[in-house]
Amino acid sequence: MDMQATKKKLGLKERYQVMTRGLDWEPSYQKKEDIYPYVAYEGIKIHDWDKWEDPFRLTMDAYWKYQAEKERKLYAIIDAYAQNNGHLNVTDARYLNTVKLFLTGVSPLEYMAHRGFAHAGRQFPGAGPRVACLMQSLDEIRHAQTQIHALSNYNKHYNGLHDFRHMHDRVWYLSVPKSFFDDAVTAGPFEFMVAIGFSFEYVLTNLLFVPFVSGAAYNGDMSTMTFGFSAQSDEARHMTLGLEVIKFILEQDPDNLPIVQRWIDKWTWRGYRVLTLVAMMMDYMLPKRTMSWKEAWEVYFEENGGALFKDLARYGITMPKCAETIALEKDHLSHQAWGTFYNYGAAAAFHTWVPEKEELDWLASKYPDSFDKHYRPRLEYWREQAAKGNRFYNKTLPMLCQTCQIPMLFTEPGDPTKICYREVDYKDNKYHFCSDHCKEIFEHEPEKYIQSWLPVHQIYQGNCFPEGTDPTAEGFDPLAAVLQYYHLEFGRDNLDFEGSEDQKNFDAWRGMATKNA
Amino acid sequence: MHIDLRTVTIKPLRHTYDHVARRIGGDKPASRYQEGTFDLQATANFHYRPTWDPAHEIFDTSRTAITMADWYAFKDPRQFYYGAYTLARAKQQDTAEANFDFVENRGLAQALPVELKDAVLRLLVPLRHVAWGSNMNNASVCAYGYGTAFTQPCIYQAMDQLGIAQYLTRVGLLLGDLDTLDEGKRAWMEDDAWQGLRRYVEDCFVLQDPFELFVAQNVALDGLLYPLVYETIVDDVLSSRGGTAVAMLTQFMTDWYGETKKWVDATMKTAAAESADNKALLETWTSHWRDRAAAALLPVARLALADNADSVMSDVVQQFNSRQAKAGVAI
Ligand SMILES: [Fe+2]
Ligand SMILES: [Fe+2]
Repeated sequence: MDMQATKKKLGLKERYQVMTRGLDWEPSYQKKEDIYPYVAYEGIKIHDWDKWEDPFRLTMDAYWKYQAEKERKLYAIIDAYAQNNGHLNVTDARYLNTVKLFLTGVSPLEYMAHRGFAHAGRQFPGAGPRVACLMQSLDEIRHAQTQIHALSNYNKHYNGLHDFRHMHDRVWYLSVPKSFFDDAVTAGPFEFMVAIGFSFEYVLTNLLFVPFVSGAAYNGDMSTMTFGFSAQSDEARHMTLGLEVIKFILEQDPDNLPIVQRWIDKWTWRGYRVLTLVAMMMDYMLPKRTMSWKEAWEVYFEENGGALFKDLARYGITMPKCAETIALEKDHLSHQAWGTFYNYGAAAAFHTWVPEKEELDWLASKYPDSFDKHYRPRLEYWREQAAKGNRFYNKTLPMLCQTCQIPMLFTEPGDPTKICYREVDYKDNKYHFCSDHCKEIFEHEPEKYIQSWLPVHQIYQGNCFPEGTDPTAEGFDPLAAVLQYYHLEFGRDNLDFEGSEDQKNFDAWRGMATKNA
Repeated sequence: MHIDLRTVTIKPLRHTYDHVARRIGGDKPASRYQEGTFDLQATANFHYRPTWDPAHEIFDTSRTAITMADWYAFKDPRQFYYGAYTLARAKQQDTAEANFDFVENRGLAQALPVELKDAVLRLLVPLRHVAWGSNMNNASVCAYGYGTAFTQPCIYQAMDQLGIAQYLTRVGLLLGDLDTLDEGKRAWMEDDAWQGLRRYVEDCFVLQDPFELFVAQNVALDGLLYPLVYETIVDDVLSSRGGTAVAMLTQFMTDWYGETKKWVDATMKTAAAESADNKALLETWTSHWRDRAAAALLPVARLALADNADSVMSDVVQQFNSRQAKAGVAI
């Protein structure tokens, strides 16, 4: 007992250190360069991995205990929600298209994050960041699975969710989020951490997850709301990791600054382009809206992000240049995106529609400088046409930006009447871009971006038809063949919400609850 | 108006996701393991090659010499998805916590005979580095392996091994102090008894084939180390010398090994049954790494068993061989 009393009591920090980095050692049978082969080629200089400050101190026993408690609660709610037909509580069936966009576009990225952080968590020579990355890798498979499980009941009752993994690797607009994450994991481990850990998880997360989760809360979707809230404490850890990475790299060597600044510029823009899908979801797809895209951008990026970059100024980091372009686009982004999807509604795995009159008024009030002038007349015209039986579906294929892979739908900064085109000649080929920023990203690493699997090019090359298709056969219908390749069911997953199976079923099922048959 | 939606009976359009249905023989209710595992990893239309490994796609079957017609032939018999995994570990963690409390509160650590305590520390404390090595190696298999069915259990295994390294650290701190950990690390770095094992672990760090790494770490090394150290030395030999308290402190490891080896065996069995080439390759890898692991562990066994070490080691190897034979790997 006496011996026990004289034993030195370890402080929390010291205790966590012996539980993590104290486990590591300097290898002597193998060379460090061979054990951590990917750490040097990006040009980042790290002199002392021991200077890493652990962003959180969670040993595995506490992790298991805490996470299991959250899982228990989460699955109890998911089960109850399914048993009680909770899906019939959503505001209206148009809301479900938000869920489709999330499962096909975002959940597969959670899985990619899991594998990406396993890679980063193996490759850093510092034990502190390795442990933090591996814990995030474990969290990310949680996010992928809890989303798939929580949304499984929607899949049982509604269209567009049934083959989300297959679609993610093939469908044209899903190449936007897919290429974003492929870009990050194929970069070196430091760039991956700046791309995902910092730019995505720290700077942009409030513009991705928060809109989906609060949208779910506003629209009666307990499933999405619950997995979203349940992921919050994980996200808090991920954010502190993202910030620590940036600070650590910058404190290690002044030569790291220009590299990191370029990555922040690039990934803010890459992430923002993916958020195009979120912008249109917020303004057009939520029956009950939380805030406009423009407001979200102003609060979460301009205000909160502005404060963050002020804080990072002491390291020499400045606000990404693209923020100026984004500010010029914020009155237009969601309207241009929704207009595009309304056009290509035959080739999308969710439904599109023209908003109702009060919704157009809401948009006008949120976008006084742009909506009535540029976008309302177009939407009203489409509604008139649809009422006359002329619902229009564009069946030609758009040109895509070589970097972000979004169709060339954006207008010149400051001139919403003119489409923005940029091009670069590289090794006998011409490449097209939606913006100066996407063009600059390409020019810095052309050998990477010439590899892009562009859905439109691939269709034209005949790579997006089911096996055995003969495009020279009489009456060949290319759109039908592409949709088969996507596993997209014509007439069920696509086309206008008006008249869709989702709409009919939802009305009938709710009717069963509210009326005597 | 309150709407009672529970009264509504709805015929669903489908019972699971299509990619799951294709794998379970049609549209029928699927388990959470199935929905959380099948086809989660991307297999097609990768946009860019890794700048860190341009010879391969992001996920690429050619990183290993093992070939599979379908990488989702692998099944985790525990059916672990994240939720099931954390619930299982939280339960074991509860037991471990209770065991540590029991030993601590009753002063059982102080009651251990001094030579026995020294022997325990000499044996267990350096093993925290071995567990840490396994954490890295399983992270590797998870990152560079192919298909969620194969890689998913590896992140669980990686984090389990970190947990084990942390339990061993707590054993060191409970029976000794901070200096005990330093002494354990010194032995790990310098003492002859540990150099074979350290070399083994470091050699694993540079293995490029994720499946060979799986064999070297999870099959060969753990397949000898756990039966030797936890099942034999701690649970039998030390317990009979008055060290039952130690067995309580390492119960997590014993239970964990009993559980995880079912997954390891199932994985070997599936890969070996796939083709004669796979089987031959697994036999070569398994016997190569078994021999190295047995040689590396022998001096460690001597720390606790002295002259008995050789015969205990050969028993452990015999058991290992018959376990592999059951999985279809004849060595
Ligand atoms: Fe996540
Ligand atoms: Fe672009």
